[in-house]
Amino acid sequence: MYVAVKGGEAAILATHDLVAEARRGDESVPEIAVAQIREQMGLACGRVMNEGSLYDPDLAALALKQAQGDAIEAAFLMRAYRTTLPRFGSSEPLDTAKMAIRRRVSATYKDLPGGQVLGPTYDYTHRLFDFALMDEAAPGEVQARPAAQPLDASMPRVPDILGAEGLMEEEAPPEGDPRPFDLTREPVSFPAERDVRLQAMARGDEGFLLGLGYSVQRGFGNSHPFVGEVRVGEVCVEFVPEELGFAVDLGEITLTECQMVNQFAGSKDVPPQFTRGYGLSFGHSERKAMSMSLVDRALKAREFGEAATYPAQQDEFVLYHSDNVEAAGFVEHLKLPHYVDFQGELELIRRIRRERQERQDKHADQANEALPEAAE
Amino acid sequence: MNIQVNPQQLALDPASLLSVAGVSRFYGERIGCADVSFDLWPGEVLGIVGESGSGKSTLLRCLAGIDKPDAGEVLFRGGTEPLDIYSVAEQERRRLMRTAWGIVHQNPRDGLRMDVSAGGNVGERLMDNGARHYGKIRETALDWLQRVEIAAGRIDDRPRQFSGGMQQRLQIARVLVSEPRLVFMDEPTGGLDVSVQARLLDLLRVLVRDLGLAAIIVTHDLAVARLLTDRLMVMKDGRVVEQGLTDQVLDDPHHAYTQLLTSAVLTV
Amino acid sequence: MNAHQSVGENNKPAYNYAYLDEQTKRMIRRALLKAVAIPGYQVPFGSREMPLARGWGTGGIQVTAAIIGPDDRLKVIDQGADDTTNAVSIRRFFERTADARTTEATDEATIIQTRHRIPEAPLKSGQIMVYQVPQPEPLRKLEPHEAETRKMHAWAEYGLMQVKLYENIARFGEVTTTYDYPVMVNGRYVMAPSPIPKFDNPKMQRSPALQLFGAGREKRIYAVPPHTSVRSLDFEDHPFRIQSWEQPCGLCGAADSYLDEVVIDDQGGRMFVCSDSHHCETRRAEGHRGAMLADASALHLVEDEAKS
Repeated sequence: MYVAVKGGEAAILATHDLVAEARRGDESVPEIAVAQIREQMGLACGRVMNEGSLYDPDLAALALKQAQGDAIEAAFLMRAYRTTLPRFGSSEPLDTAKMAIRRRVSATYKDLPGGQVLGPTYDYTHRLFDFALMDEAAPGEVQARPAAQPLDASMPRVPDILGAEGLMEEEAPPEGDPRPFDLTREPVSFPAERDVRLQAMARGDEGFLLGLGYSVQRGFGNSHPFVGEVRVGEVCVEFVPEELGFAVDLGEITLTECQMVNQFAGSKDVPPQFTRGYGLSFGHSERKAMSMSLVDRALKAREFGEAATYPAQQDEFVLYHSDNVEAAGFVEHLKLPHYVDFQGELELIRRIRRERQERQDKHADQANEALPEAAE
Repeated sequence: MNIQVNPQQLALDPASLLSVAGVSRFYGERIGCADVSFDLWPGEVLGIVGESGSGKSTLLRCLAGIDKPDAGEVLFRGGTEPLDIYSVAEQERRRLMRTAWGIVHQNPRDGLRMDVSAGGNVGERLMDNGARHYGKIRETALDWLQRVEIAAGRIDDRPRQFSGGMQQRLQIARVLVSEPRLVFMDEPTGGLDVSVQARLLDLLRVLVRDLGLAAIIVTHDLAVARLLTDRLMVMKDGRVVEQGLTDQVLDDPHHAYTQLLTSAVLTV
Repeated sequence: MNAHQSVGENNKPAYNYAYLDEQTKRMIRRALLKAVAIPGYQVPFGSREMPLARGWGTGGIQVTAAIIGPDDRLKVIDQGADDTTNAVSIRRFFERTADARTTEATDEATIIQTRHRIPEAPLKSGQIMVYQVPQPEPLRKLEPHEAETRKMHAWAEYGLMQVKLYENIARFGEVTTTYDYPVMVNGRYVMAPSPIPKFDNPKMQRSPALQLFGAGREKRIYAVPPHTSVRSLDFEDHPFRIQSWEQPCGLCGAADSYLDEVVIDDQGGRMFVCSDSHHCETRRAEGHRGAMLADASALHLVEDEAKS
C-alpha cells in the first residue's frame, strides 16, 4: 500500500477536530450562543432558512454557528436535516393580505389604503460605521417609539387594487387547483410550470437571483418593472388535521412578499395590461423577494409568447443553476481525486505530442503545403 | 391569371411533390400570410418574391415545418405515402428534415455548426442517417466540398475561418449531401457582395439542375428569381397577388404591385 | 456510533436504517426497476438531499441505500482505491447508518459502489456495481437543453454524437475522449458510463453483474442488466481502443491493469502503479513483484508485505 495516495480514516477524523478548533477560535473570547445568533443575526438566519428551505430560526442559528457563518454550508445543514423530516400534510394557503405588517412600501402609489409603512430598513441609513457597536457593553437600551396611531387594520395588496380595475393580469390556479408540485420529492421536467419555478427560486441562491434580476433590468430581458409593493410581517400558518376537519393555528412566521408590476403590450386575445412578478421569502429578506419577482416575471416569457432570448427568461438555465447547495457541491467536488481521469488525459496528450513530432519530422521537407484558399 | 385553386383537387394530384392548401398564419391580429395554395412538382424551382414584410419568410417557415400555421395543409409526397407535415409526429418531421428535406438559411450561421469543421458539417447528415465509416464519410464530404468549390485542404477548418460566400457554399453542401428531394432557401444570396452573389447563383443553378431538385426560394431580389426559378409567386401583405411562369411574370406583370416591383429593378 | 436507532430509544430522534426513509427507498427501487427494464434509459427520480455534498456521490449513495440489507457486503472505491478520502467517507456513512459489513476484497463484495473505476478482477453473477455519476447525459456537452436531449434519446438521433467523434479523428487522428467515453447500450440508448477511464469500458460488455448508475444532483437513475450489450461508440475504420502503458505496474508487475502515475521525487522520477489498490495487493500477496517494489519499499512509499 503506497502512502502517496492513502487517504486514511485517521486523517479524515483529524479534519473534524481541526474544523471544531477553527470554529471556536480564540478561547479567551466568549463562545457565541445560538440564541445570540438568532436574535442579533436575524437577517443571516433568514437567508439560511430560505436557502435551506426550512422555517426554523433556532436551527438556522445553529447551522450558522456550526458553519462558522458560511451561509451556503449552513443552508446545506438545514437541507440535509429537512429531507429526513416526516411530512404530516400541507398547510392551508397563507393569506398575506392578513399579514401583521412591519413594513410595507409601494413605489407605484404615493399614498394608498393602509399607507406607506417604512418599518425597520437600512434603506435610509448612511453606510457609516457605528463604532459604538465595537464596545462590548451596549450603549444604553434602544427603544423605538411607538407610532402615534395604530396601523390600519386593512392593507390591501397593490396588485389587488389594480386587479379590481381589470388592469392586472389575472392569476387563477390551474384547472382543478391541483396540489402544487414538490421539487424536493419529484424530479423536475421542462418546460417547468410556475409552481415549480417559484419553489425553485424560493430556495435559490440570493446572489444568483439578484444577478439575474439585475440582468433583466439592465437590458438582458425586456422588462419595465415597478415595485407594486413590498411587505414584511407575520402571517399565521394554519393546518387542517384530517381527524379534526377544521383549521388549527400552527403559529406565525415572518415573511417578505414582493409584487412587481410589469407592462405587457397585449396579444390577439388579451388587451394591454400589467403583469405580475411575484416573490415570497422567509424572514425579512427584501433583496431576495425582489430579485425573485423580477426573475419570475422574466420566466413568464413563454406564457406571454415573448422571445426567451436571455438567461433570466430560460427556465432550464435558472432552475438548474440557482440551487447553491447543489452548485457548491458540484463545484467543490473538483477537489476530490480525479487522478484516474487525469492519467487518461496525460497518456493521450503525451502520445499525441509524440505522434505529432514524428509526423513533423517525417514531413520536414514537404513543409510547403498548398496555401489555403484566399478569402473572397 | 387565376390564382383561386381548389385545395381538394390539389391535394389529390398524385404527380406533385408538395401540395399546399389554404395555409394561413397570424401574428395576433396581424396577417403573416393568408390562404396560400399551390403545387410544386418534382424538379421544379418556385420563387416567392415580395418586399420585406410581405409574408414570404413567414410562408416559408410554415412550409418547411418550422412554424405551424393557424390554418391549412401541406402534403409532401417524398415517400410511398403522402405526409401531412403538420399532423405527423414531431419525430417524423425531424426525420424528414435530415433526409428528404433541406433548409438553406439566409445567414449561414443559422445553418452551420460554427465550431465543427467543414468536413464534420457536411458529414453530419450522413452520420444522422447511420453512416459509421470515417473514411467513406470523409470521401463524400471532400466530393461535396469540391462541388461547391471549396478547396480540399480546407476540410478540417472551421466555418469561422471562412468568408461569407464560402460559408454559404458550405451550408449548401451540408444540406445537399443527403440528396434531398426538396430544398427551402431563404434569401440564399442575401448579405453577400455582388460578385460573390453571382458565383453562388451560378453554382446553385448548376446544382439544382444536375440533381433535379425541387426548391422553394424566397427572395426580394428579382434577378435571383429570374436566374434560378421556373415559376414565381408574388406576395403582398401576406397574400399571393400574382403567380405564373417566371419569365411571364417578370416580363408581362399583370398586377399593379408586380409592375411596381419589376419597374423598381433597372437591370434584370 | 450507530445513527439509525428507532425513535423511542432514549426518546431521541434518529435516522432510519441506511439513512433514507422506507418510502424514499421504495421510490428509488421503482426507478431502478424501470431502469433495468429499459437498459441505458435515464429514469428521473426524486433525488433526496443527502448529508453529503452534491457531486460527492449522492446518487450512488441513494442507490446503495435503497438496495443494501443486513446480508450485504459493501466495497467502496474511488479512483480504484478503497482508501481514498471519499471512499473512506462513504464507507463510514454506511457503517454508521446501516451497520454495513464492508470489505476491500472485490470477490467478497455483493455491492461495489464506485467512483471512476471498475475493479480489475472480473465481476461475478449476483454482484451489483453502483456507479456515482456526475453527468448522466452523454449528449449534454453537445446540446445544453434537457428538453432537446430527451427528444434525441427518444428518437435515437445520435448523429451529433458521431460528429463529435469525427471531429476528434479529423483533428487528432483518434477519438480523444479518455474517460466517460459514450457507449451504446443494448443497441438502443447512448449512455454515459460515468467518468471511468475508457480502459474500463470493455468490462461492461455482457458483464454478469448488475450495473446501476445514480446521478443525485441531476436526479437520474439508469442501469445495465447482466449480460447486456455495451458497445463503445466508434467508426468501422477507426475502432475503439483502450489505453496501454509501456511498462507494467512498478509494484506488482501487472501488465494488464490501469496504472496511475505517482511522482516520486522532484527530479521527474515516476512510478506507474495499479489504480486498483486491492488488485495490486492481491497480486503482491501472491508473490508477483514489480521492478520498483524494492525501491518503493525503501522510500516507505509502500509496506512491502513480502518482507514483513
